[in-house]
Amino acid sequence: MDIHEYQAKELLNGFGIRTPRGGLAYSPEQAAYRARDIGGERWVVKAQVHSGGRGKVGGIHDCGDEDAVYRAASRLFGSRLQTGGSGSPSKVVYRVYVEEYVEIQREMYLGLVLDRNSERVMVVASASGGMEIEEISVSEPDSILRCIVEPAVGMQAFQAREIAFLLGIDSANLRSATDLILAAYRAFEELDATMVEINPLVIAEDGRLCALDSKMTFDDNALYRHPEIAELRDKSQEDARETRAMDRGLKYIGFDGDIGCIVNGAGLAMATLDLLEKHGGRAANFLDIGGAAPPERVAKAIRQLQSDEHLSVLLINVFAGINRCDWIAEGVVQALAEKPLTIPVVVRLAGNNVEEGRKTLSRSGLPIIRASTLDEAVTRTITARQRMIDSNGPRNP
Amino acid sequence: MSILLERDTSVLIVGISGRIGSFHCQRMLDYGTRVVGGITPGKGGGNIAGLPVFNTVKEATTATTATACIIMVPPPFAADAIMESADAGIRLCAAITDGIPAQDMIKVKRYMLRYREANSMRLLGPNCAGVISPGKSLMGVMPDAIYSPGVVGIVSRSGTLGYEAASQLNAVGLGVSTSVGIGGDQITGSSFLDILKLFDADDETKAVVLLGEIGGPQEAEAARYIKDSFSKPVVAYIAGTSAPVGRSLGHAGAIITAFDDRADEKASVLRDSGAIIAEDPASIGTTVKSALAGCSLTRPKKRKSKT
Repeated sequence: MDIHEYQAKELLNGFGIRTPRGGLAYSPEQAAYRARDIGGERWVVKAQVHSGGRGKVGGIHDCGDEDAVYRAASRLFGSRLQTGGSGSPSKVVYRVYVEEYVEIQREMYLGLVLDRNSERVMVVASASGGMEIEEISVSEPDSILRCIVEPAVGMQAFQAREIAFLLGIDSANLRSATDLILAAYRAFEELDATMVEINPLVIAEDGRLCALDSKMTFDDNALYRHPEIAELRDKSQEDARETRAMDRGLKYIGFDGDIGCIVNGAGLAMATLDLLEKHGGRAANFLDIGGAAPPERVAKAIRQLQSDEHLSVLLINVFAGINRCDWIAEGVVQALAEKPLTIPVVVRLAGNNVEEGRKTLSRSGLPIIRASTLDEAVTRTITARQRMIDSNGPRNP
Repeated sequence: MSILLERDTSVLIVGISGRIGSFHCQRMLDYGTRVVGGITPGKGGGNIAGLPVFNTVKEATTATTATACIIMVPPPFAADAIMESADAGIRLCAAITDGIPAQDMIKVKRYMLRYREANSMRLLGPNCAGVISPGKSLMGVMPDAIYSPGVVGIVSRSGTLGYEAASQLNAVGLGVSTSVGIGGDQITGSSFLDILKLFDADDETKAVVLLGEIGGPQEAEAARYIKDSFSKPVVAYIAGTSAPVGRSLGHAGAIITAFDDRADEKASVLRDSGAIIAEDPASIGTTVKSALAGCSLTRPKKRKSKT
């Protein structure tokens, strides 16, 4: 789960990490008021959206007076920021964060991630901050430091000191830099984060360390033990279809194709998408019903896709192990009996209780196109889609 | 021979009284698996499906001959159950549970290091389908009907993609020596490499199907091993060629692996290592069939010291 910059800063503050003084605003008036409240004569107005690289797409404004703060905020509110390059989903700005302007002496990078090689937490740091870590890794690969944390004892002060020295922190700041690095690790560990990024970590004009920008993501699997983190979720930053699915306990990722897909297991789901693409089809989504799916969950999954008017065909591909084909079939019949689909449905069932499942489908008398192998399922889906488009025209926007 | 799971392997079910545990307990018994008991804290002394229920894994390993266990408890309790199994002397553990927090798994892996090799537990999963040696034993949630005994080993991160491969093998008349799910989580107990080593030493296994996915360094590690020392044909398929780049990858995560995480890149590294790449997920069975035919069950180029 992603959170906003201001939320990450608030959390890091709680661990003793210094951030610029700032305040959140939901309107231009409030933004101007925040600026006055913070004081000083220069502020930064930052769009709060769930993605990095805001500065490059006009999401961050440097303002010299309250009026400028008001104008910058007015421009930002309601605008769409597309930070991930064209084709990536854009995010609407509903919140802006107003901060005191901090004069920078030096910029550095500090990040903590889950390292899949060592299967431990890794601290990544670089004396060149301010740009994204991907860019640093290309332009100054030698400046990147890595440090693995031993999970039995957590991060040790000597490791933090080593990083601080390698970052070239002077002796006046050594103690606070060590504390900051240890605090970032504590935040990562205690809150079940999957990433903590402070970029840039700066030495301000006053010579002190300050986390100028920060980003945190959290382990969805651990949210059950962090209700205070789960509360920070901002649905306005998610794909509306994904939000609806998540609220129904389904794993869903939206794509831009017109073939609705309901599959069990991420591996088979990806394989199904790959095969569709090979045959010239493009999936509208990735919807995993997971394991031991009761008929109700299957029906919910179908209802979820029923609300997507861009679909030309629906493919249900289930290979049941921990699942049961009879339950899947019941779910399909339940959903389609309640609200018939206007598009063709291809169902491929295999695995546990497959005979019962097939019987349930044929007894229902519903116009379901059936398939027994993956290949059949995909080719029949492609054919059905073509027929649908030939008779109705493309449904893709 | 097969790997990991034999006809006489005694198995415990951790979480036997749960809905999923009891259902799959019965399926394993029906398959002929030697299930000797189950664990549900607080229900010790009871009986499920004619099997004794114990309060702790240690009680169960003391009272029975069990050396293996399957974990089917909910995510908040699963890491604890894995460590308890390791501590009780279990040698093979398949964790089916999906949704264990990553930091719990970091701790589990660290905890498991405290045992010497001779007493250590091999962990499969979490978030895996378990393991099946067809015709012998099932310790997992696989649909057993699609697995016939044979010479092909399967190792897969995804459960359902593993079933897909097994059913395609079945359709072309090939059977399976052992199929192993290693799990789809970021942190898992065993890697492709660990399982490939076992298949290499197994006489019954003549070829291996490796089913990978986008993300993580495991496939590249396996490729190095296949190139340097694996002696049998490998057919690989990597799922996720159509997945959008960077979708679930973290920011700093992008630089962590020296090797890139994309499906096509993984496939090309595996191809360079001598593995045969199944071009799409529907042609896994036929690719294995032709690989075995072409090699007449051996591949001299890669044979090690065998003459």
